[in-house]
Amino acid sequence: MTGIDNYIATESSSGMGLFAELVVLLGTSTKTNDKLEALTQYFKASIDKDKVWVVALFSGRRPKRTVNATQLAVWSLEITSLPSWLYEESYHTVGDLAETIALLLPDQGDPVWKSLTTIERTEEDRMNEIGQRSAAKGDGSLAYYLARLTEIGKEEEIIKKDFIVQCWAHMNRDERFVFNKLITGGFRIGVSQKMIVNALAKTTATSAAVIAHRISGNWDPSTISFDSLLSEEGTGSDISRPYPFYLAYALEDEPAALGNPEEWQAEWKWDGIRGELIKRGGQLFVWSRGEELITDRLPEYQAFSHGLPEGTVLDGEIIGIAVSRELRAVSGELRAASDELRAASEGSEAVSDELRAASEAPSSKLQATSEGDQQKSGGGFKVLPFAALQTRIGRKNVTKKQLTEAPVGFIAYDLLEYEGVDWRERPLIERRTQLEKIVSAINQPLLHLSPIISYDTWEELAAQRLQARDKGSEGVMLKKKGSPYQVGRKRGDWWKWKIDPLVIDAVMVYAQKGHGRRSNLYTDYTFAVKDGDKLVTFTKAYSGLTDKELGEVDAFVKRNSLEKFGPVRTVRPELVFEIAFEGIAASGRHKSGVALRFPRINRWRKDKKPEEINTLEDLKKMLELHGK
Amino acid sequence: MPLIEFTDRGLYCPQGAFYIDPWRPVDKAIITHAHSDHARAGSKYYLCHHLTLPLLRLRLGEYPYQSLEWGETITINGVKVSLHPAGHIIGSSQVRVEYQGEVWVVSGDYKTENDGISGAFEPVACHTFITESTFGLPIYNWKPQKEIFASIQSWVKKNQAAGKTSVLIAYSLGKAQRILPCLSEVSDRIFLHGAVWNVHQTLVDAGIVLPPVQRVHLDAPKETFSSSVVIAPSGADESPWIKRFQPFEVGVCSGWMQVRGNVRRRNADAGYALSDHADWKGLLSAIKATKAEKVFVTHGFQAALSRFLNEKGIWAAEVKTEYGEDEEGAPALAEEEGALNGKDNGTGQEKQVQNEPPVNSREE
Repeated sequence: MTGIDNYIATESSSGMGLFAELVVLLGTSTKTNDKLEALTQYFKASIDKDKVWVVALFSGRRPKRTVNATQLAVWSLEITSLPSWLYEESYHTVGDLAETIALLLPDQGDPVWKSLTTIERTEEDRMNEIGQRSAAKGDGSLAYYLARLTEIGKEEEIIKKDFIVQCWAHMNRDERFVFNKLITGGFRIGVSQKMIVNALAKTTATSAAVIAHRISGNWDPSTISFDSLLSEEGTGSDISRPYPFYLAYALEDEPAALGNPEEWQAEWKWDGIRGELIKRGGQLFVWSRGEELITDRLPEYQAFSHGLPEGTVLDGEIIGIAVSRELRAVSGELRAASDELRAASEGSEAVSDELRAASEAPSSKLQATSEGDQQKSGGGFKVLPFAALQTRIGRKNVTKKQLTEAPVGFIAYDLLEYEGVDWRERPLIERRTQLEKIVSAINQPLLHLSPIISYDTWEELAAQRLQARDKGSEGVMLKKKGSPYQVGRKRGDWWKWKIDPLVIDAVMVYAQKGHGRRSNLYTDYTFAVKDGDKLVTFTKAYSGLTDKELGEVDAFVKRNSLEKFGPVRTVRPELVFEIAFEGIAASGRHKSGVALRFPRINRWRKDKKPEEINTLEDLKKMLELHGK
Repeated sequence: MPLIEFTDRGLYCPQGAFYIDPWRPVDKAIITHAHSDHARAGSKYYLCHHLTLPLLRLRLGEYPYQSLEWGETITINGVKVSLHPAGHIIGSSQVRVEYQGEVWVVSGDYKTENDGISGAFEPVACHTFITESTFGLPIYNWKPQKEIFASIQSWVKKNQAAGKTSVLIAYSLGKAQRILPCLSEVSDRIFLHGAVWNVHQTLVDAGIVLPPVQRVHLDAPKETFSSSVVIAPSGADESPWIKRFQPFEVGVCSGWMQVRGNVRRRNADAGYALSDHADWKGLLSAIKATKAEKVFVTHGFQAALSRFLNEKGIWAAEVKTEYGEDEEGAPALAEEEGALNGKDNGTGQEKQVQNEPPVNSREE
């Protein structure tokens, strides 16, 4: 270890430097084309192992967290020797910890850095040891820093700290910011996966659809090379690899503009999590829309595995499904019965027809049992509100109790691969026919076909759409019967036609400063309804106002603060807003007893006085009507 | 009786019967600088620095004015008053007030880095110092002007290479003049928005030497501006006025650009944290240099700065004024009156509009 001086000189063209420049460019670019250009330039200028990491980071993969945000905060606080209240005040103004630290640390070359390292290296032995184990710069590449970050996970805290502090010492402000972001995770800088895909497509002269498929799924940026990531073979060996999802745009016009209703298939739009169910190599894999492998979180799906033919990929909705005790018992019993029958049928080919008929019987019995629920659901099942799914999806270990109280099902609506063959280019109607065969053969209470809404005219469909909320659905999906399964969000063949949201008038009572582009502005609000002469808070909402309106509300908050609790201000209850939301459920966690789904500000009711807002009673009525 | 009191009209010296930067009309006003939150119309008499005088005349109209040179002392009702460079914008001054051996200094707005055109900030020893705190948090630590200018220059060159016009958003009084020398090194075609032009002409008439510029003439053919540099006040980039420069990129010069969120919210292509206010270290070093026993902290992060000073053993208190904005300031939402009221709309009335008292102006 020759001292920190060696590290102070920066090479702006080092891997980390280039990446920091890219992040700055992407963060300030206001036009998609500029961002695309910045990425393309980056892919041209950067070294291969760094490119792989950039693809990984911007497609939601991140290194395992080996240093946490609190450690970063503590170490940086120590270096700056600021009082902790001032540090916090700074954080609330910046709205981002990684950035706050980058701004607060002394510049490169500041004497503070030198003194820090001398304090820590009093014994020569330790100095050598630490020096060797934490060489801070390596070749300066992004890949180097990420590899080191993973390595130090096993080390004791002093080594971790030493590495981080040395890195800070030789980095400039922008580099420190991205470095801190790499550590704390969560790169949200306005780059969509689609943009990464397009930039790669441009750089490698490959079609975007091919790139999108190749970079999805399970691959490790620390071991895969850039070439093999983008080559046919590269990630091809990964049997869990999902297909990129096809996403729908919202229908803005009346559906009549879509032409002949006969050319369109209508389904309910479910309020769960988009997912892909993959059966390959005898194993079942579940991917969520965020490209996260969540197989382990949904143990109930393993029951589908043996029924799904090898080489099958289903697209559908991961969603809470109510299973009555009776139904569960029946289905268990029936499964046993049908297993028996199947076993029997394997024993004797001759009687197969008869037995097959018998083995299908349980299925009709099951359908009949669930008939009673038909009213409140799209098909032979009843979905649970999103809140039920929420209790499950964040957990890696699921308890038996959760499995019974909040069972999660799968509503299948498309077939992407069958018998190991990519079916995405085939017309929807053909995929659907095959999908129906597959799903009905499996016969599980938690696996359902997405029901098709029958209608002859657009008016009829519009009338059915009005009942969506009663079915636990958010509206209607329209899919063109002859369409292929495309990649990403595309106009034309798929549309979502949501129902109008529920609305309620409420008054703002608390405000907090926002993050990111809303930092240092009071943009995060808590709202209340009336309960007699009291106000009861019932929701927060962060979006829905224009920048100009946010500025106005911000000025109001600053002038009308009653109390200050840390970052939260209590404000005079004067501003009335119409809050829109997609659903409502009972909740024991909230004072009001309700939890809203997708709450946002619909409009600022400058025409209304706080006395004219809705009441808790109104909310409870909505809960009764729509919350079941 | 304190030498300066905090009243609902502004900072008041009862012994001398004058106000400093009052926000209501008064009999006698001493003005630190010509930004609209410090210099308001309607008073019966104004005292300011020589270089502030023409700017006040431009912005407030005709009044009885008197001006002083830095370091020159006059006596008002037995109170000695002198002005000292604040380094904020051209003409900006601190006001030193002395009575019976007690000295108070009002900083107005100031910055400690010498920008080359505003006069270098000069610490003035005093018993009580009244300081601003616009950027009174340690996250505000400016890069040297030289470095920021280099970034602006390379941005302009990049735009030129791409055949784009560089539109820089800067306060029409202060920042616009400050970035001119830097810009004139990379372009000989610099155009000014009408609001910036008015200030520029006033300063040139007063004898300040500034690089050559042209005004954006509304009837000029589009090609006139191709690959040039344009300086406009905030707000201009959100009006149709800016369309004539297409293709163009927008760069914002403001201390608020220090935080990424503000750059993104501002929707600028580039943000330069170039401020005419002292950063955290600047504030602390200026306060220390005055050797003041008492510090009053006005507009900005006054709660944070005064608490910090108290913890460091310097007596400090917050003061509510109508300068700048509330406690947290108002980054980049509304800035220069020229932009808010004086949109260059082709009617040639900017000057008249500018003379109206500004409605909602907060100058950085």
